[in-house]
Amino acid sequence: MAVKTPRTPVREQDPKVRVTNFEEVCYGYNAAEAQLEAERCIQCKNPRCVGACPVAIQIPAFIKAVKDGDFLKAADILGTDSSLPAVCGRVCPQETQCEGSCILGVKGEPVSIGKLERFVADNARLQKHFDATTQPKNGHKIAIVGSGPAGLACAADLARWGYEVKIFEALHRAGGVLEYGIPEFRLPKDEVVRYEVENVKRLGVEIETDVVVGRTVKINDLIEKEGFDAVFIGSGAGLPKFMGIPGENLNGVFSANELLTRANLMKAFLPDYETPVYVGKKVVVVGGGNVAMDAARTAARLGAETHLVYRRSEKELPARVEEVHHAKEEGIIMHLLCNPVEILGTEEGWVKGIRAIQMGLGEPDESGRRRPIEIAGSEFEIDCDVVVMSLGTSPNPLIAATTPGLQIQKWGGIIADDETGQTSREGVFAGGDAVSGAATVILAMGAGRKAAKAIDEYVKNKKQ
Amino acid sequence: MFEILKKQELAPSIFLMDIYAPRVATSANPGQFVIVRVHEHGERIPLTIADYNEEKGSVTIVTQTIGASTRQICALNEGERLLDFVGPLGVPSELVHMSDEELKKLNILFIGGGVGTAPVYPQVKYLNARGIKADVIIGAKSKHHLILQDQMKAAAGNLYVATDDGSVGFHGMVTGLLTDLVKNQGKKYDLIITIGPMIMMKFVSKLTQELGIKTIASLNTLMVDGTGMCGACRVTVGGKTKFTCVDGPEFDAHEINFDEAMRRQGMYRGIEAKKLEEYDHKCKIGRHE
Ligand SMILES: Cc1cc2nc3c(=O)[nH]c(=O)nc-3n(C[C@H](O)[C@H](O)[C@H](O)COP(=O)(O)OP(=O)(O)OC[C@H]3O[C@@H](n4cnc5c(N)ncnc54)[C@H](O)[C@@H]3O)c2cc1C
Ligand code: SF4
Ligand code: FES
Repeated sequence: MAVKTPRTPVREQDPKVRVTNFEEVCYGYNAAEAQLEAERCIQCKNPRCVGACPVAIQIPAFIKAVKDGDFLKAADILGTDSSLPAVCGRVCPQETQCEGSCILGVKGEPVSIGKLERFVADNARLQKHFDATTQPKNGHKIAIVGSGPAGLACAADLARWGYEVKIFEALHRAGGVLEYGIPEFRLPKDEVVRYEVENVKRLGVEIETDVVVGRTVKINDLIEKEGFDAVFIGSGAGLPKFMGIPGENLNGVFSANELLTRANLMKAFLPDYETPVYVGKKVVVVGGGNVAMDAARTAARLGAETHLVYRRSEKELPARVEEVHHAKEEGIIMHLLCNPVEILGTEEGWVKGIRAIQMGLGEPDESGRRRPIEIAGSEFEIDCDVVVMSLGTSPNPLIAATTPGLQIQKWGGIIADDETGQTSREGVFAGGDAVSGAATVILAMGAGRKAAKAIDEYVKNKKQ
Repeated sequence: MFEILKKQELAPSIFLMDIYAPRVATSANPGQFVIVRVHEHGERIPLTIADYNEEKGSVTIVTQTIGASTRQICALNEGERLLDFVGPLGVPSELVHMSDEELKKLNILFIGGGVGTAPVYPQVKYLNARGIKADVIIGAKSKHHLILQDQMKAAAGNLYVATDDGSVGFHGMVTGLLTDLVKNQGKKYDLIITIGPMIMMKFVSKLTQELGIKTIASLNTLMVDGTGMCGACRVTVGGKTKFTCVDGPEFDAHEINFDEAMRRQGMYRGIEAKKLEEYDHKCKIGRHE
């Protein structure tokens, strides 16, 4: 029976080769491989996978269409629930969502739902299959702050329903973290991200880059002077944290965001781009999330011997399993259960190493993960020329500080209703990382779509 | 968008440009800056705003050709466009938050060095518009490098000039001139605002600390995004890490760790030099073989 067939393997670039380039690691399935994998799905009556998907994609239905060879129908099914399937197929943590709940995973390997999603979306792109029809213009204008997954998803829905939508983006390019954070080798920019952004524009959404809301224009002005009926804030959580240990401002200490922005947004890895990037000969990346893995793998590609220091054990690594696996294959050296206490510098003020301390694991803390505890007297040093801090990010306070009446949490997140994105200000909605703190693409996209619905209702009610 | 409405050479290799950027022109305040990109492969270049005109929708920048990127800006002509022009970034100058009454009570002195003279101008103009005459010191290499003298004269109380070679005004550094004004000419200042090369601001700050005069400096650190996202612009102020692009660019000069700021500013200069060195080294090895 089909159930016992193993997962269809996916072709990948050889680790030794890929660590010298920025091309995509995973090649994805071709049609034959996709259909073979789709065969494995037993089309559950009560599919557990759907319940575990944050936007409840009709997984068995799209997989069936793949099995039947009707790839464009599969794309349409995906399209009803996800506005960024080619992105999500690549970056979603499927192992803790759909695939983590797939019934086949109980005894064997779950269906490769993510790779199937990616195949369907990529195929639709190659076939130029995109439905750009929208309802007739309804005369209402909506402003969206930020062009990450939350903003793009919110904009796309509203544009389809006939709204005139304008996205304001602070950077010179649209896409949010998809553009400046997640590296090219996991998420190709021209091919995938730019295409998704172009599709949103094809629905009539206008994207004005180089506008920092709060500085260039305030939210109040958008509503009072520019005539927008409502505003959605999807400004993300881009503010990097540092540890506050001695030596953190030495030359050669960067935030992961700085390294990644230089590499991705500014394309510093290409010789004909002018923004410099420096990783030295040996890098230590501090942290264990997706961002840390991305920073480490980027540093390795830029030619550095790359080490990663994380204070808990491998089991607690918050990064996706696939990323950890890829990072190891690429020769990233992991130092688990240790934490830097100081960054050591040369007389000229450049990094020359870190002093770290070994950690043990105690009782679980609020996050449910076991709390790391310093082991006294266990300090040791690692030589290096560059240290990359990847300790998480928080929402930028700028918008809250310049929007009277917009309430935020103590840690900076905008307070908004889970179901509607409604903030403490009438006509102002918010979602994505700006509300939740750093999370995932799919959650941000889901929040953008929920807010779109609530905005539609808000505008309709206001009219009456 | 971002068309160059006017271009003028103020001094050898120093250019003034009016850029069409109506949103920035409407929101700009003294003390803020913009980030400019010239072409698709270019860097994001931070520049302090030198003036703005809401009616015309224009923002003035003054650029000195120092590196490759600033050279690209200066190579553009009237009618051409910048690819990106984002701002106003950073927090407005403290002056903007003070009431006219508070400001009138203060004796204010600005010290601008080199191309840093340009961003001093909107602040002096801001005060002048409120009937407050601030004194200004401009420092330059020589009389040929002096910029915005006429505009400044019109808006300032007393205008003093210091040149390195003594070709005009005080012969020496701005710090020498300031010492002379305070110690020998009996001038009294309550607040000094200085914009210019980091090394000049460091010595101005050192001097005013001795003189006991509150001083604000506008930092021109390395930047990438300019929105608080990367931390490339971090400096230590009062023992705490600050992001120049969102917490500054103006800080209490007596609290700034200038030595660290200067070292960090030169970070990539060192790398470029190292790269060149490595390259030379390789070439030499090549020749031996
Ligand atoms: C390196 C990295 C790797 C990641 N890997 C994964 C992964 O594998 N899988 C996954 O699911 N998630 C991953 N994430 C998380 C995911 O990218 C985010 O959760 C998601 O992008 C959040 O979307 P968003 O739309 O809320 O915000 P963002 O994507 O952050 O977009 C916000 C946008 O708003 C703009 N903005 C901010 N302030 C303003 C303003 N004042 N005015 C105008 N514009 C503004 C920003 O420039 C940005 O473009 C990763 C994140 C990073 C940084
Ligand atoms: S749980 Fe697994 S087998 Fe069942 S429908 Fe979902 S993907 Fe198919
Ligand atoms: S320039 Fe990136 S945080 Fe200031």
